[in-house]
Amino acid sequence: MGRFLLVTIQVDMHDRLALALQDDLTNRIVSDRAKAVLIDISSLEIVDSFMGRTIGNIAAMSRVLDAETVVVGMRPAVAITLVELGLSLPGVRTALTVEKGMELLRAGDTT
Amino acid sequence: MTPKDQSRTAALVRKHEAGILDEWINLQMTSTTRRSDLLNERELRDDSRAFLAGFTDALQSGNDSVDGKEWAPVLSLLGSITRSRAMKGFSPIETATFVFSLKQPLFSRLDEEYSKDGAALAAETWKMTTLLDNLGLYTTEVYQKGREELISRQQQDMMELSTPVVSLWDGIVALPVIGTLDSARTQVVMETLLQRIVETEAAIAIIDITGVPTVDTLVAQHLLKTVAAARLMGADCIISGIRPQIAQTIVHLGVTLGEVTTKATLADAFALALARTGQKVVRNSAAQA
Repeated sequence: MGRFLLVTIQVDMHDRLALALQDDLTNRIVSDRAKAVLIDISSLEIVDSFMGRTIGNIAAMSRVLDAETVVVGMRPAVAITLVELGLSLPGVRTALTVEKGMELLRAGDTT
Repeated sequence: MTPKDQSRTAALVRKHEAGILDEWINLQMTSTTRRSDLLNERELRDDSRAFLAGFTDALQSGNDSVDGKEWAPVLSLLGSITRSRAMKGFSPIETATFVFSLKQPLFSRLDEEYSKDGAALAAETWKMTTLLDNLGLYTTEVYQKGREELISRQQQDMMELSTPVVSLWDGIVALPVIGTLDSARTQVVMETLLQRIVETEAAIAIIDITGVPTVDTLVAQHLLKTVAAARLMGADCIISGIRPQIAQTIVHLGVTLGEVTTKATLADAFALALARTGQKVVRNSAAQA
């Protein structure tokens, strides 16, 4: 997918899995010299404050490594939960579907 | 109170049931709380007969506490009478008087029966009064409950009616908010908006607050929450319909709407939404000519 990394979260995340993802992702960004990371959380039904923070952290780490993060496919219930938890993920770009996320990144790429 | 007196009163009421019923109905017909506009004579007669019959049966069981299971049929009958009357527009007083007015014919019978025995008369009268008072209070309680159910149902209706999410254009949805935004409504608004964003794959959501009477810090916070949630779903939000007074209040209160784009009218917001999604509405010059 060019220099984009696509992460699809298929299972319910527990804390250790989230940290493993954080590790793997930062490693891959460096090794692939990726420009952007798409995190597809459309199968994620439950989030807690830790998950929310981890997503925020991943975005911040990617930014340090000069890669953009787009979170795609968030469910309404998840969005409401995150907002109620006070985690509105500032600095993270969002899109409704993977395609739209790709579009967003391509549009950003050309400019 | 001996069981003998108990059955004596019950037997008395049973014996004079028809007489009491006639007297009671006549009393109700002439009473000031009679609502001939809402309830015709036949219905009144039916209700009265059914209630008196149930009352007599329960009385004969010997249990003089209305919580007892012998009184359950009477209570349920009274409940349905009260509910139907509340629905027709009776006031609580008029509904409770239905029960209280039974006292007069009943007591006059007791008076005749126990004329020789003052103590028994007092005891029986007291017992009947307590019973009928409890039944009357029960009607008030049912009445109140019926009203509360009505109010909560209307609230629910209002909640659903007042949060429509309309699809304006390909990828643009609008949410006209009418009325004050409290926590419960924000929740509903948020849920419906997010659901529609998913369904329509909208990229832009316009929240129109023309119908919101006042915007205080709490309402602003609710608005911002909704905007943040929509953003997490990948949709941009524009807040429109801010009236001059509202703009003044917002600034005076020191409310910050953050980085949310705000527009004075829905039309402006729509134009901006079109521009952002790379669309344009053009006047058809051929049609104009």
